[in-house]
Amino acid sequence: MKAILQNLYAWIDERVHLRDLVEFMGKKYVPIHQHSIWYYFGGVSLFLFIIQVLTGILLLLYYKGSEELAFESIQFIMSKVEFGWLIRSIHSWAANLFILAAVIHMFSVYFTKAYRKPREITWFTGMAMLFLGMGFGFSGYLLPWNELAFFATKVGTDIAGVIPVIGKPIMILMRGGEDVTGATLSRMFGFHVAIFPGLFVVFLGIHLLLVQRQGMSEPIGFENSPNVGSQRTMPFFPNFLLRDLLLWLLVLNVLAVLAVLFPWELGIKADPFASAPSGIKPEWYFLFMFQTLKYIPAQVLFVDGEVLGVLLFGLAGLLWTLVPFWDRKSAAGQQNRFVNYVGIFVVLYVLLFTILGYVV
Amino acid sequence: MQNQDQPTLDHRKRDFLKYLLGGSFVAWVVSIFYPVLAYLKPPKQGEVEVSSVKVGKIEDIQKDSGQIVKFGNKPVILVRKPNGEFRSFSATCTHLDCTVQYRSDMGVIWCACHNGKYDLNGRNIEGPPPRPLEEFRVVMQGDEVLISKNV
Ligand code: HEM
Ligand code: FES
Repeated sequence: MKAILQNLYAWIDERVHLRDLVEFMGKKYVPIHQHSIWYYFGGVSLFLFIIQVLTGILLLLYYKGSEELAFESIQFIMSKVEFGWLIRSIHSWAANLFILAAVIHMFSVYFTKAYRKPREITWFTGMAMLFLGMGFGFSGYLLPWNELAFFATKVGTDIAGVIPVIGKPIMILMRGGEDVTGATLSRMFGFHVAIFPGLFVVFLGIHLLLVQRQGMSEPIGFENSPNVGSQRTMPFFPNFLLRDLLLWLLVLNVLAVLAVLFPWELGIKADPFASAPSGIKPEWYFLFMFQTLKYIPAQVLFVDGEVLGVLLFGLAGLLWTLVPFWDRKSAAGQQNRFVNYVGIFVVLYVLLFTILGYVV
Repeated sequence: MQNQDQPTLDHRKRDFLKYLLGGSFVAWVVSIFYPVLAYLKPPKQGEVEVSSVKVGKIEDIQKDSGQIVKFGNKPVILVRKPNGEFRSFSATCTHLDCTVQYRSDMGVIWCACHNGKYDLNGRNIEGPPPRPLEEFRVVMQGDEVLISKNV
């Protein structure tokens, strides 16, 4: 057996020079310090994305993306297909855990300032994947074509429509027409299973390639820390990778427990000619923005409250994404407290308004 | 003099080529992307032009109740007030597009999405809705109730 494997390796190596690749994969070192735990969340996000691709492809075997059939096809998956309920429940739970892991990963990169030169591109591709992840969640939410998702999509796309000048075309692009109809479902389905995964994989490839090529960033001031010379790094392969795998196993268990004990609900089928039920809420990761919009008055100095809110969030998101450009101090190896204060403010704001969204 | 003239001519020739190449490149890019962008824009579907719809017999519609009626491909709400009078409005909330409902306990037209309220004249009286609901006309034809566009 071993001989066969060795022969196979030699056969491939002779043609494509695997040795270089193995060396490239192996030469990364992970710094060890009190904040090392945060290095794991990128890996967890990656693992959950892989689960999404696998379970998503399984769902595709039975799912039908049309107004007449979507809801029924998921009913079919959940009641007739063996373990269909489990696959769907895992896809829905992993979607939420994925966003959570990616958000934690993003904030940890922000607070350790790992985005600073020379890792700006890694940060940008990461942000692009986070936004795409939200796009995955938004488009996937409508696919079961139930009442809650129908109205949440109406509200969500209408909010996009309030942006001056470009809002209306964006709204029509997302809806596939003036209203949320079967055409919207087809579009969201296309975004969800083709366009977004394609884009995501491109960004993911660049992201991982850069992480591999540039190695892990070290916290500012790490070189001058007292335990220089002692063991401050561990090789990525195999030490860190094995720890990564252990954590993935743990995440998989948590996911399985959640998916089995709290199977994802389907609700009732959307009816475009029924009144909106109460309790229309977006997914939790949009809730802080949604809740903010409720507190902005209908009119602020001749501007519609909604317009103001959407523009402010857009601007905030843009500035956040551009942090490697406006934080010059970190790039020069100095502490930048201002960045920390901004970050803490954002974390507290998001937490507060998310909680308000649940209790109010 | 001669020597200086020569390069200018060359330059002009080179500029001309530059513009030609640049121009055809732009045209090439446009000819690829324009069809794709145009494809993404959904075609205008022939809207079913309805001028009126029959809802039902007067005696079948309870006082102090509301219902959503399919008007072409838009939802319209028909409310029968406690005093037996009929009113009808577009059921699409002017805030963010949810579908409203009649609440007999509050005596208003209510939107569940963000707790918006309209009075029975369709005026936005509470919550985020920025505009009143568009009014529809209720016509009696014998004992049948009809809704029609308010023109
Ligand atoms: C980060 C990646 C992804 C996220 C966050 C995500 C999220 C979601 C969500 C929230 C739903 C609705 C779940 C429900 O209520 O049932 C959904 C459904 C669906 N997703 Fe994904 N998804 C992702 C990746 C994928 C991929 C890669 C595919 C396929 C190539 C896929 C295929 C599907 C299908 C077919 C459904 C409809 C079935 C159902 O709703 O149970 N997803 N997705
Ligand atoms: S959509 Fe009706 S109140 Fe917001």
